[in-house]
Parts: sequence; structure tokens; C-alpha cells
Amino acid sequence: MSSDFNKKHVVSIDDFTVDEIKTILDTAGDMMPAAEGDKINNELEGKLLATLFFEPSTRTRLSFEAAMKRMGGRCIGFARAGTSSAKKGETLADTIRVAAGYADIIVLRHPQEGAAKLASNFSEVPVINAGDGAGHHPTQTLLDLFTIREEKDSISNNHIGIAGDLKYGRTVHSLTKALSMFDTKLTFISPPSLKMPKEIINTLKKQNIEFKEVENIKEAIDELDLLYMTRIQRERFPSDKDYEEVAKSYHIEKDMLQTTKDDLKIMHPLPRVDEIKPDVDDTENARYFQQASNGVPIRMALLKLLQEVER
Amino acid sequence: MKNESKKIKITPIEHGTVIDHIKAGQGMKVLRILDLIDRDIDSIVSMAMNVNSSKGKKDIVKVEGKELKNEEFDKISLISPNATVNIIRDYEVIEKHRVEIPDLAKGIVRCKNKNCITNQREPVDSEFEVIEEEPVKLRCTYCEREMIGKEISENVI
Repeated sequence: MSSDFNKKHVVSIDDFTVDEIKTILDTAGDMMPAAEGDKINNELEGKLLATLFFEPSTRTRLSFEAAMKRMGGRCIGFARAGTSSAKKGETLADTIRVAAGYADIIVLRHPQEGAAKLASNFSEVPVINAGDGAGHHPTQTLLDLFTIREEKDSISNNHIGIAGDLKYGRTVHSLTKALSMFDTKLTFISPPSLKMPKEIINTLKKQNIEFKEVENIKEAIDELDLLYMTRIQRERFPSDKDYEEVAKSYHIEKDMLQTTKDDLKIMHPLPRVDEIKPDVDDTENARYFQQASNGVPIRMALLKLLQEVER
Repeated sequence: MKNESKKIKITPIEHGTVIDHIKAGQGMKVLRILDLIDRDIDSIVSMAMNVNSSKGKKDIVKVEGKELKNEEFDKISLISPNATVNIIRDYEVIEKHRVEIPDLAKGIVRCKNKNCITNQREPVDSEFEVIEEEPVKLRCTYCEREMIGKEISENVI
């Protein structure tokens, strides 16, 4: 068992120490060949993963199932609340107790905040949070960190721009908190109405993290080593017109890459709408599809580490 | 403080509890916490609001024949951290305590976030960590939303 990892459940990225994060990323690196099908890995043979998705999420569910199966394990579960007994009025606590009796690890996606924390209180087996409402989605953050490290060789010593809806986006909140554990410089790019929440800004100040806030991608992009784009949602604006105004300035197209650093990497948690134009996809800078596929090795790493703690 | 509580007289009580130094405006809330509203009660209850004291305005609640449970102490501490509880026997104050803010508020406040799992039909009590005491600030252990001031007093169970 790795001494740097002894968590029973994975509820929030905040639960991890830097060493634990490094252990997960290192393990994910080791998993790459098996994740891509170039090597046989049977470490979880005979083990069963329950994927309980009370809310649909194709990418997250498929990557967990792929991760389990790439390690010789099997999966049970459901992809929508309508097919679970929650529809008959069963509490989440009971569903979890029952699933814990069937499976060795539980992956939970649920529309309510705090669901994974509750599940961890009722489960004998490890629970991994795959998203709880507007709450946490720690495996997304881990795969983001893994991608940054893969693309830039290290997480530290990079100037990272985070653009889009920084007010409501849980992905960017978790990522920012995680990046603050490393030695990075951050630039937040958002319209004034969607700026990073004060609590997060105050925490960064307390931690002496170097950061700045700007309103326009063009203002910052030439300095960046990495740009993390996110979607700006139409429903955050009072009118379509307001949205269109903002959306126009929050996009990247190939022409904008002429003056940037050559090794600028662009990431996005996907799905994207118009914020990254298709002409960027074929550039060396675009790493968002690789990022999505990194979901498999990172989840393999977690499944492996959690099983080792169990033993 | 001692002098003030002797100075301010409402109706003296023979046996019971006087909750003094309640934050002005929170007296009704204290009555609610003690479950003294909208039901038949035998005891005499009196309340004074906006009473002058050396530390500004305060509310006072006196209840005949009642001793507070720990849970009630905790609830009062969250909405009025400086309140004092005086236990009265034969018209005399025999014990006086200042309420103490607990580290963890369990099952005594509802989370303000309607989408928090503790507000669903689940077999768990709400749970908050007290992250600041002056003024009281709570953080839900489950959804991590923070609550302060009116949000707390409106959600005391």
C-alpha cells in the first residue's frame, strides 16, 4: 500500500494533501498503457464497481466503467434516477447501504449537494463522488491536474489562465483551490458579473498566491503557459442580447494563437459550445480531447488506490 | 452585569429561568426555541424587549417552572452568543451561566440551501461547523454553504 494515500472515500478535492494528489497522478501515469489498451492489467479482477448515477453524465460514467474494465473488474449500476428505487421513495442512505452490500466500490452522481458526504457515512465500501449538484466533482479536478502535468511536465512554475464563468462554475473553483497547493501564477478571465467568488479570492490572498483578474482573453493570453476555458451559460444573463455581447469576447480562434507562446496548451472540461472555435482543434495547442481521455487513467488510479487502502 | 439584572425587574418568578442579555430583537425567537408559542402552557412567561443596558439594547425572557435543555442552550447561543441563563429558586438566582457556542451544531439548525441533502427525506441530522464566533458563522458539513445572522435565526429548528 502506498503510504501517501489512505483515504477511504473521495468526496472533495479539499480532502487530499499535496502528497496524496501526487501519488494519484503518479499512479495515473503508470496506468496510461493499460488505459490505452496497450497493456493488460488485471489488478481488479473479481471486483465489482457500482455506478449509481441519479443524474445522467455520459462522460463521467463511461470513463469510470472503462477504468474498471481496463483493470479486469466489472460494473453494475444505473444511469438515471428513473431506473433506481429512488423513484419508489427509497432514501439515498438505503440505496447506498444496499449497493455497498453488492459492490466493492461505489461511484455516485447525485443532483443534491452533500449527497456524496452522506453516502460516505452509510457505506462500508469506498464512495467516490462523481458530482453532487453544485458541489464537488473531485475526479474532474484530478484529471485536470493530471493533464496539466502531462502537458507541461509539472504543475508548478506555470502561468495558468482560467476563463469563463468563474462565479458559478464548480469545476473552476475546485481547480483553483487545487492549483493553489502548487507553485503557480493564476490569471482569472471573466466578465465582471461572473468573477471568481470573494471567498476564493480571499483564500488566495491569505495563501500569498500570485494572481490577477482581467475581463478579456486577449489581455492575458500571450503571457500564459496554459489556458483553461469553460463554458459561459446563457441562463446566467438577463437577456439573450447580454449573453451574445459577452459570448463574443469569450472565445478562442486560431488567429488568436499567432502571438501566444508556442507551447501554450488549451484545456476545457467539455462539452464546449462556441468558446473554442473548431479551427483550434487541429493545433498543437488544443489538449481538451486528450484531457477527456485522461479521465480513464486517473479513475483507474483512484480505483486501485482505494482498493489497496481497503486491504 | 450583576447589578443590571437586579435592577431590571419584570414579574419576579419563584422557580424557573431568566434568559438575560438576549440580542435585541431575538426575544421572540428565544420563545420559539423554548417552544412557548402557539400551544397551551401552564407556566407564566414574560418577555421584555429593547431594554436599556450598559451594553446597549437587549431582550429578556422569564419562564416560570422551566429549566433549559442542552439543545436549547445551543440554539440560543447561535442566535444570541452573549445571552446569560439564570436559574431561579425561591426568587433567588442560584446559578448563572453564559451560553456557550458549540463547535458543532447538530440537528438544531436547518441548512439554508434547499438543495442540500440534509433537507431531503434522509435519515441524517443537519450538521454545521461553527467557523466563526463573532458574529456566529456556520458551515454545513454536507453542502458547505455558510450561514450568518438572520439566515441562522430563521433556520433554527
